Amino acid sequence: MQAEQAEASGRPVPAIELRGISKAFGPVQANRDISLTVMPGTIHGIIGENGAGKSTLMSILYGFYRADAGEIFIRGRKTEIHSSLDAIRAGIGMVFQHFKLVPNFTVLENVILGAEDGPLLRPSLAKARGLLRQLAEEYELQVDPDALVEELSVGHQQRVEILKALYREADILILDEPTGVLTPAEADHLFRILKGLKEQGKTIILITHKLREIMAITDTVSVMRRGEMVATVQTAETTPEQLAELMVGRKVLLRVEKTPARPGEVVLEVENLRVTDEDGVERLKGITFELRAGEILGIAGVAGNGQSELLEVLGGITKGEGEVRLAGVPLALSGKGADGQSRRAFGIAHVPEDRQKLGLIMDFFAWENMIFGYHHDPAYQKNALMMDNTAIRRDAEEKMHRYDVRPPNAALQAKAFSGGNQQKIVLAREMSRKPALLLVGQPTRGVDIGAIEFIHQQIIALRDQGAAILLVSVELDEIMSLSDRIAVMFDGRIMGERLPGETDERELGLLMAGVAGEAA
Amino acid sequence: MDFTTVILVLDSALRLATPLLFACLAGLFSERSGIFDIGLEGKMLASAFFSASVAAFTGSVWLGLLAGMGASIFLALIHGVASITFRGNQLISGVAINFLASGVTVIVGQSWFSLGGRTPQLEGAARFQEITLPFAEALRGVPVIGPIYADLISGHSILVYAGFAAVALSWWVLYRTRFGLRLRAVGENPEAVDTAGISVIGLRYTATIICGALCGLAGTYLATGLAAGFVREMSAGRGFIALAALIFAKWRPGYALLACLLFGLLEAMGNRFQNIDVLGINVPTQFMQALPYILTVVILAGFVGRAIPPRAGGEPYVKER
Repeated sequence: MQAEQAEASGRPVPAIELRGISKAFGPVQANRDISLTVMPGTIHGIIGENGAGKSTLMSILYGFYRADAGEIFIRGRKTEIHSSLDAIRAGIGMVFQHFKLVPNFTVLENVILGAEDGPLLRPSLAKARGLLRQLAEEYELQVDPDALVEELSVGHQQRVEILKALYREADILILDEPTGVLTPAEADHLFRILKGLKEQGKTIILITHKLREIMAITDTVSVMRRGEMVATVQTAETTPEQLAELMVGRKVLLRVEKTPARPGEVVLEVENLRVTDEDGVERLKGITFELRAGEILGIAGVAGNGQSELLEVLGGITKGEGEVRLAGVPLALSGKGADGQSRRAFGIAHVPEDRQKLGLIMDFFAWENMIFGYHHDPAYQKNALMMDNTAIRRDAEEKMHRYDVRPPNAALQAKAFSGGNQQKIVLAREMSRKPALLLVGQPTRGVDIGAIEFIHQQIIALRDQGAAILLVSVELDEIMSLSDRIAVMFDGRIMGERLPGETDERELGLLMAGVAGEAA
Repeated sequence: MDFTTVILVLDSALRLATPLLFACLAGLFSERSGIFDIGLEGKMLASAFFSASVAAFTGSVWLGLLAGMGASIFLALIHGVASITFRGNQLISGVAINFLASGVTVIVGQSWFSLGGRTPQLEGAARFQEITLPFAEALRGVPVIGPIYADLISGHSILVYAGFAAVALSWWVLYRTRFGLRLRAVGENPEAVDTAGISVIGLRYTATIICGALCGLAGTYLATGLAAGFVREMSAGRGFIALAALIFAKWRPGYALLACLLFGLLEAMGNRFQNIDVLGINVPTQFMQALPYILTVVILAGFVGRAIPPRAGGEPYVKER
């Protein structure tokens, strides 16, 4: 009915229309009376902080949850979506943030799983092989159909997810935080794919919290905040600042405000540092640099070029060779003294890249997590045998308030906090003891805008108190805005050093790709 | 050791490998779907008892087979309800089933037959009879091939042949059919299956039922093919040996056949060579009979290289928030 009316009036029918969708998980209202219209053949961005309800809304659309109230119209037709199967039948494909692939299956097997043509596999596999070849040419979606998924790079695995959706003839494609795990080059490639799909008339919904992506690729953008849809605007008519303000509900500084660094004494000297991994591959091939008190050295580079190993060897987690001195005192790089505990005794704090694996124990309470590495502190001991849990809890709550951890409840398990707040717990633990040297990896990975601003301010504040800070990040923006000096790593070596005021993304990008500039 | 002895030992190995083979394939289907099953032993035992009992009452081994499979599937469903629907611990559920079977068979057996937990001796149509393959007698005179065909390949009960057929069939189902693809997927990443619009629970129950049916065949063969009636605890740890064989086989049907034949051969040798001298040292009977169990321990301790179990094995599926 409605479809006919719209066609008759000459307006295109929306690919998706949501009306009054609400969903609560117990006392938490994840979605409140949400209405959304997505026009066909467009890329529609949905932006919002972590926990704003974006993923819940899309899960409702994909049949993972059922809405408590509200209606869904697909191409003008009211559609009941009770399961993923209903969504697939309605032409909706979803690329989850965490891929839903079977690791030891081939690409082909993953693509046909659930969409086989009959009880025997052979005809389905043959058909999929042909179709995959066709799609690869059409959309730059090249993947080896016979490769095992576990042997593919993350970017290629994502292509398999997209291929899965296209194989099911989806013409509405939902991507949930698709660039979180990609290198910049892979992200660019993904965007080309999405543009190609759009040109073929597909409708794409892109969920993200990265403003840059929204500005770069979407036609329309809807902003969610605390479970509500607060605005839908044409991308061309908005600015990143306006979107950030809509997301957070207050003005946000996108550029970090900081005064020029006043470098003091040399704190960290690294000479010819080498790391060889378990497989005998040399990951660091002779790194040399100095870091002074009161300055931030940013290490830029595509993930996997030795930055992680650099942080880990300095943090005492992996073994290395070469010389590292802290305020003139040599640090052990293997054997006794090469561990996190000894490093902390030297005043080296470490915010690891993977906070869920190395920074926190997810099943432990916040107050327990708050003392790891510092649990021998006399202030935490009641007597020779027992720890003073009351003091530890009080201390944890105080730090959680100071570092704006939400909720500031130390009795919650680490896994109960959002990514940004987990990161703040780690930062509170590592930064509140005024370390001489802070090693910090990917400080804002998976962290929402409001929290990014806060974390950046804390890092700058620590610098201004005279700490030396080694910052590793794959976000070039972050490196550019926080660092006082930038070193670029490629293939286990430092390709060059630049000052942020005297370089640009293009030059850094070339160094990151291993193209040497003039001698640094 | 002469040629005839070799044939005899191999012949015995085939028989002894058959129950292991069924149980191993049963475990394969269950574990490939992500449900660990240490209750193979209990299911085998229950099916051995009920098949022998019904065969004894009715005089028909086929009705016995039906009862054996029914009992085994019933226990498999208990495991399914506990570990799939109620998301319980799969190891504990399996242990419980083993205890249950061990107790129930003896108590019910005593109450039905008053023979101290045994069933009466089965005879005639109440047992699976040996099948003589065509031309077995005619070819017996041919050197080498004759005895191999007539004495080794011919002359087993139908379940032995069914066991070998089951290996090929399992391989085909697992790797060539839609059901197999989904089954393998659900044991590796149930989320992939769920988001593809397929029921994780449905697949896992199906696998559990197949597991029960195959365990039923294993137990029935034990009581009505290999032996002539039920004796308490007659499964004698074969369910666990089958689990070891499954790990040894890295959860693949073809390797499962080889692993089970190896265990069968060891058991056959243990039975045949009660006293042998190796380099002048007398090897005690007990050692020979313990061989399959020793190999089990060695395999379970991980001395056979890395075996990667299905990744989602042992974990109940909960839809992520």
